[in-house]
Amino acid sequence: MSALYNYVLNLADNTLILGQRLSEWCGVGPFLEEDLALTNTSLDIIGQAKMLLELASEIKGDDETADDLAFMRDQHLFKNVLLVEQPNGDYAQTMLRQYMIDVYHVYLYEELSNSSHEKLAAIAEKSLKEVTYHKQRSELWIKRMALGTQESHKRMQNAMNHLWHYHHELFESNDEIDELVQQGIAANPEELHKKWDVEVKDLITQTPLEIPTTGWKATGGRVGHHSEYLGKMLCEMQFLQRAYPGCEW
Amino acid sequence: MINKIKQMLAQVTDPEIPVLSLGDLGVIRNIEVDDEQVIVTITPTYSGCPAMEVMEQDIIDILTKEGRKVGLPTKIKVETQLSPAWTTDWITDKGKADLLKYGIMPPSRSGKIICPQCKSKDVELLSQFGSTACKALYRCTKCLEPFDYFKCH
Repeated sequence: MSALYNYVLNLADNTLILGQRLSEWCGVGPFLEEDLALTNTSLDIIGQAKMLLELASEIKGDDETADDLAFMRDQHLFKNVLLVEQPNGDYAQTMLRQYMIDVYHVYLYEELSNSSHEKLAAIAEKSLKEVTYHKQRSELWIKRMALGTQESHKRMQNAMNHLWHYHHELFESNDEIDELVQQGIAANPEELHKKWDVEVKDLITQTPLEIPTTGWKATGGRVGHHSEYLGKMLCEMQFLQRAYPGCEW
Repeated sequence: MINKIKQMLAQVTDPEIPVLSLGDLGVIRNIEVDDEQVIVTITPTYSGCPAMEVMEQDIIDILTKEGRKVGLPTKIKVETQLSPAWTTDWITDKGKADLLKYGIMPPSRSGKIICPQCKSKDVELLSQFGSTACKALYRCTKCLEPFDYFKCH
């Protein structure tokens, strides 16, 4: 499959899987306003997934539609990073994952708004407005919990200890991506990583949070090596279309 | 003919904010008509907004129903254009006034948000998202009514 297809599908799967994860909070959020806010965030992100999957389907150019890509694809063909498939955990874990992705999305879409690929640039321009707002929200939550009570700080630190190792994967590169960067289509992962590091570490220094130093880095999502969590999620997400192909309501 | 189509489209409103016509919402980007077909180009408000699909269908329905009376082609197409991305700056002044009357504080670039009920300036943010992705939830600290604020976007 083409380099561009793989690139767009990684972006699409990151948003699809994250959107699905966030939607699991629907109806069980910590309080009503937060429940609404997080599910609206989820809706934005699933909207982005839809646009990106439609683009991926168009690039692929056969009869596999965006819906087929979402609902009929097996786990090993998903290209999302492991971070987005991690379980929601408690609210600290959900919001830290969200913040890590939000900062990434803001810089990514900023870059892609200038992509030489016209459709990708249009999707990025549209999505940038949404993720900028998401970031304002998740950033506040990190501060609120990290600087809050002993309990909320402990939870945020636990989230940090668990999730930090997963962010490196967002910035992985390979020959295909390098080629797309050369062509002015893709965002340079190394540049994104630098900007991400500066912003996230700046926020962390405003809090008592500590970055874990084990050095372990999660990897594998882009080539279809996923954690045990993705399959279980897909079972639920894909059930209806697998059991009743083409079902509409 | 374009003007007639515009008049018909003025009857189509946002399904979630029924006081706001699609024209006033600023989502209609272009209207083309020839002997064979009508093409209405719209731009989505938010990527995941579920109202967009309803709007598309409503456009087709009204142009099919009303268009028949004035001899419009029966083939109606709705196309989507992403760029330039929709902004709340495209909501017309009439649209903003209608929103306020309806009880939704319209987008305010100056950041001045007042209670649509009692017009008090003493308001507080309850949640960054309200009943839909395009709104935030506020409360008036004077009359205590909660209200939606249509966020700048």
